[in-house]
Amino acid sequence: MIPVCAVPDLPVGEAVRVEAEVPIAVFNADGVLYAIDDTCTHQDASLADGWLEGCLVECPLHATCFDLRTGRPTGPPAKRPVRTHEVVVENDYVYVRVSVPADSPVVGHGEVA
Amino acid sequence: MRAITVVGASLAGLSAARALRSQSYDGRIVVVGDEPHRPYDRPPLSKEFLAGKASVEDLALSTPDDDELDVDWWLGHKAIALDASRRAVRLDSGEELVSDGVVLATGARARTLPGSGLAGVHTLRSLDDALALRAELAEGGPLVVIGAGFIGAEVASTARALGLDVTVVEALPTPLAGPLGPEMGALVAALHTDNGTRLVTGVGVAGFVGAGRVRAVRLADDRELPAATVVVGVGAVPNVDWLAGSGVEVDGGVLTDARCATGVPGIVAVGDCALSYNRFAGSALRLEHWTNAVQQPEIAAATLLGRRADVRSAAPYFWSDQYGVRLQFAGHRRPGDAVEIAEGDPAERSFAAVYRRDGRSVAVLAVNRAKLFGRLRRELAVPEAEVVR
Ligand SMILES: Cc1cc2nc3c(=O)[nH]c(=O)nc-3n(C[C@H](O)[C@H](O)[C@H](O)COP(=O)(O)OP(=O)(O)OC[C@H]3O[C@@H](n4cnc5c(N)ncnc54)[C@H](O)[C@@H]3O)c2cc1C
Ligand code: FES
Repeated sequence: MIPVCAVPDLPVGEAVRVEAEVPIAVFNADGVLYAIDDTCTHQDASLADGWLEGCLVECPLHATCFDLRTGRPTGPPAKRPVRTHEVVVENDYVYVRVSVPADSPVVGHGEVA
Repeated sequence: MRAITVVGASLAGLSAARALRSQSYDGRIVVVGDEPHRPYDRPPLSKEFLAGKASVEDLALSTPDDDELDVDWWLGHKAIALDASRRAVRLDSGEELVSDGVVLATGARARTLPGSGLAGVHTLRSLDDALALRAELAEGGPLVVIGAGFIGAEVASTARALGLDVTVVEALPTPLAGPLGPEMGALVAALHTDNGTRLVTGVGVAGFVGAGRVRAVRLADDRELPAATVVVGVGAVPNVDWLAGSGVEVDGGVLTDARCATGVPGIVAVGDCALSYNRFAGSALRLEHWTNAVQQPEIAAATLLGRRADVRSAAPYFWSDQYGVRLQFAGHRRPGDAVEIAEGDPAERSFAAVYRRDGRSVAVLAVNRAKLFGRLRRELAVPEAEVVR
């Protein structure tokens, strides 16, 4: 598991970026924590810098929204989902369990939505 | 509406087809484009693609969902005339497409300079332009870029990263003073000299030196800058010549209201070719920004389909990537607006600056501050009383 930050350091509406094999962004969406790959699947932008609204984060560069629950883009220009990761809170500290090895191809996230 | 013709098969044209379908239009859509290519993305042409870090496939704009658009693509066909009263588009191949609605999305082309016909002198607008320029940059420098606007600056930055010797020539005393104002223009232009690109300002170009192939660029003060390759980046001209005499009003762009409607019912214009009333500016503007070419088609589709579009859209926005630094700008600056740094440090090339008029923020520039930019752009005030025409 990758250590992220203490729970109070990730208040509602905020995001942090953690350097892993590929960078990961962890969000606090109205009290629920989500983790996704930080780099937009369209071009080079950090989703931790994006605008958070409900369970959607809007990419700061071209405004594709990604659903934090599924990683799916809600529309163009991004075509592919970002990976989602499990968030674990232990002793008031936030960790991320990376879902699949970073180099294995993303095959989508099933019909979660 | 049973049939709609979209003229221009690029970002705005594709976005128009998507918007029509998402607004439940189920009639015929024909998209006419004079390039042989399916819609592709232009911003990478001066950035990742020119650097060799993106492929032609990476540029494709279509997503898997677009397979359901059911569009009849007429690629490699140029529209040469419009009869507005009949909504008839005449093509260079002799065919005429008559429909109930027409979307004008012909974009813009690179402005050229006299003598641009010499080998080694390039402009950058299309995929074919980018392929040709990329091949020449691979041969080495020196490169002279004429014009320190966004595209010129991006080409210079990419060429520097490829190891070329680069000089940028700008006729204005301060690059980017138009969009960013003199203070911020100077700060951003410093990226060139920071990164080993020579910047020559306040002097025009007199012509090109060379027989058959360019050898140098001659400046107005008689200096000569040796050049293996030259990129002319002196702005873009809207592709509206073909509309002369059509009945659609053209004034350096297709004139439209805030709903993208021209004066002719059933004809709308979007993207780089449209000169549209913009409530942030309080006047008609021709925006040459990617995001505008995505947003306007949604409004235009509603207009065509007889719905009242929500024109309280976001502030004009563009970005630019230069020398590993990301610039983002939103709103509309006017001469005389006061600008101050809201956060960060220009010396570190990471800051956000807010432009104010009568105490209200009307525009924001961010340099490597994407997150703060996202908040500041949402706080921009509409300078004029909200006039929706
Ligand atoms: C090198 C480069 C870098 C850029 N970088 C950025 C950036 O970083 N950020 C940003 O915000 N914007 C950027 N832009 C601007 C952005 O790409 C444009 O705003 C956008 O492409 C406009 O889309 P459009 O569909 O309106 O016009 P265009 O993309 O110009 O497309 C118009 C299409 O219509 C075709 N056409 C023209 N006349 C006819 C005719 N008579 N018949 C049939 N077809 C016709 C053209 O060949 C073209 O394919 C950049 C542009 C370029 C060229
Ligand atoms: S980089 Fe995220 S939408 Fe373009």
